Amino acid sequence: MNDIKVELIDVVKEFPIQRGETTRFRAVNNLNLDIYDGEFFALLGPSGCGKTTTLRLIAGFEQPSSGQILIDGKPMQGIPSFSRPVNTVFQDYALFPHMSVLQNVMFGLQMDKVPRKEAEGRAVEALEMVRLPNALNRKPKELSGGQQQRVALARAIVKRPKVLLLDEPLGALDLKLRREMQFELKSMQQELGITFIFVTHDQEEALTMANRIGVMHDGNLLQVGRPEEIYETPATRFVADFIGETNFIDGKLVSHTAHEGVVSIDDETTVTAMIGADQVANGQAVSVAVRPEKMTITAYSDTPPSTEHNIVHGQVAQVFYIGTDTRYAVRVGKSALVNVRVQNTAAHHTTFKERDTVTLSWERSVARILTH
Amino acid sequence: MGNQVISRAGVGTAVQTTAQGFRADMAVRSIGKVGLLVTPIFSYFFLWAPIALLVLFSFNDSRGVDTWRGFTLRWYENIFAGTMGGEARFATDLMLSALGNTLFVSSIATVIATILGTMIALSLVRGNIPGKKVIDSILYLPVVIPEITQGVSLAIFFKLIFDFVESSTGVNGTPGFGSIIIGHVVFNISYVAIVVRARLANMNPRLEEAANDLGANQWQTFMRITFPLILPGVIAGALLALTLSMDDLVVTFFNSGVGNTTLPVFVHGLIKTSVTPEVNALSTLMLLFSTVIVGFSLFLQNRYTDRPYNNR
Repeated sequence: MNDIKVELIDVVKEFPIQRGETTRFRAVNNLNLDIYDGEFFALLGPSGCGKTTTLRLIAGFEQPSSGQILIDGKPMQGIPSFSRPVNTVFQDYALFPHMSVLQNVMFGLQMDKVPRKEAEGRAVEALEMVRLPNALNRKPKELSGGQQQRVALARAIVKRPKVLLLDEPLGALDLKLRREMQFELKSMQQELGITFIFVTHDQEEALTMANRIGVMHDGNLLQVGRPEEIYETPATRFVADFIGETNFIDGKLVSHTAHEGVVSIDDETTVTAMIGADQVANGQAVSVAVRPEKMTITAYSDTPPSTEHNIVHGQVAQVFYIGTDTRYAVRVGKSALVNVRVQNTAAHHTTFKERDTVTLSWERSVARILTH
Repeated sequence: MGNQVISRAGVGTAVQTTAQGFRADMAVRSIGKVGLLVTPIFSYFFLWAPIALLVLFSFNDSRGVDTWRGFTLRWYENIFAGTMGGEARFATDLMLSALGNTLFVSSIATVIATILGTMIALSLVRGNIPGKKVIDSILYLPVVIPEITQGVSLAIFFKLIFDFVESSTGVNGTPGFGSIIIGHVVFNISYVAIVVRARLANMNPRLEEAANDLGANQWQTFMRITFPLILPGVIAGALLALTLSMDDLVVTFFNSGVGNTTLPVFVHGLIKTSVTPEVNALSTLMLLFSTVIVGFSLFLQNRYTDRPYNNR
């Protein structure tokens, strides 16, 4: 399980901004990443962050400007895409419009000179696996988006690649179908044992499906970790902001130990939080990141629930009732509005109005000090 | 509604200037409206009326072209019987040999132009060659430069070549099928390349990547994916080239020698003295043939193009 399947070492990819111009755009910047055998790895980031380029580098559609890519320990330098042990599911599926479903799925096997009978058998098997056994002779354009997606998947897994690359494969599907396919993809990956590298901009999709997530932004790989690591202990402000919802309370670092730091928010208030950033220095401007669901809102009180809790005071600016939850936007100090989410359970009777003075509290261990 | 505005404004003198402004505006508008109506009628009239007349009078039971005297197929029969009002210049075997020449020249020119034009289109769309933009704009040159210029320049060019060959090897070259075919290929390449390029530009480049990804090398990808998908465009381009080549008079006229008269040149020779109903009949047949081919070419160009892809 822990054999490295795909290894990217200092990979850089630059594109000329315009043909013939010398200024270049760096799509992927010094990327170092190990992806393990049998892993479901998600590359997550907003559009233009370099995740698709990274995938195309692994597939061999693009060549890195510098750095190395190894698959199964073998350097991929100079190896064309048709000789690499990877297959790709494209975002727009890229099904061959002039071929039937069966011909599409058989294409890869025919290129490998698999005898026709065997190829047909394996293609049918793959189509059964993606639960599309009854459309063998139809043309791609006669299928729905979801069905086309299944054909693209069958075409890519029929060759039993060592690594399957998926470029936002669910992006074009509607929400219900997407949920369904997420589940199917996940169970298919477990069944096949193939390493999946999955590119998405949908954080929820990444969190539900992946064993590990790599978050990319502006060509940089910011953080790699298990979904709960990424969510609970984001390493940068961008990661905290991109994945889920986060409150950032700006302040100045007063003192710190190896794990904890004290941040002054205004003249009267200081909070203690875990240090999330790589390096911090006293006096530095920092943000304290706290998830809205980890905060508790109470009427004004000067005593924290326990010594492990931080408290800040604020004034309710807005109240949003959204059925299962109520959201409060609370003005803390001079700066930001802090969002707090409270579940509307029977036990929760206290509701606050706009301009009420309230106290927010949270455990020290759930707050993180981030620098950028 | 325009009338209302004008009459209301006309009552009060205070709004006289605005009213004047409105009136001028409306006048321009109505001129524009009439113009928009008249212009296409004029254009289409002068475009199609001569052709309609030609077709009509090819069935006219009279040698004159001024009065309609009833329907006949006489002139068509004459073409195939080889008689033409007692004029000896028209002979069916001459016409048939001209037709044969036309088919010979146009089919060879079409094949060569289609292959070369397709290759140019491929390298322009998929290739990564320097000076792509320049080549791209030069591609339209044969389409826009006057045919007479092309014909004359080719004639001079061939003369220089023949002179050079004669002075260096002693072989005496003359214009003939070779020079006609080369001339036709020259102007046909552009048309083929433009049609194929449009087709290719409409094709999702991910399809080729997908084939690559599934283990097909560049040649297999071309044969199994690219070529089948651009084939309608290639055929459409070829049919267009065939029509242009078959109809061509000017380039052929300047670059042909003795004994390789093509059908358009033959017809041109016939009308030197007078327009006869047989010429009308022959032209009608050529028109019919060209229309069928161009129609088929357009049909092929439009096929399968109703699926735009998401080019990211």
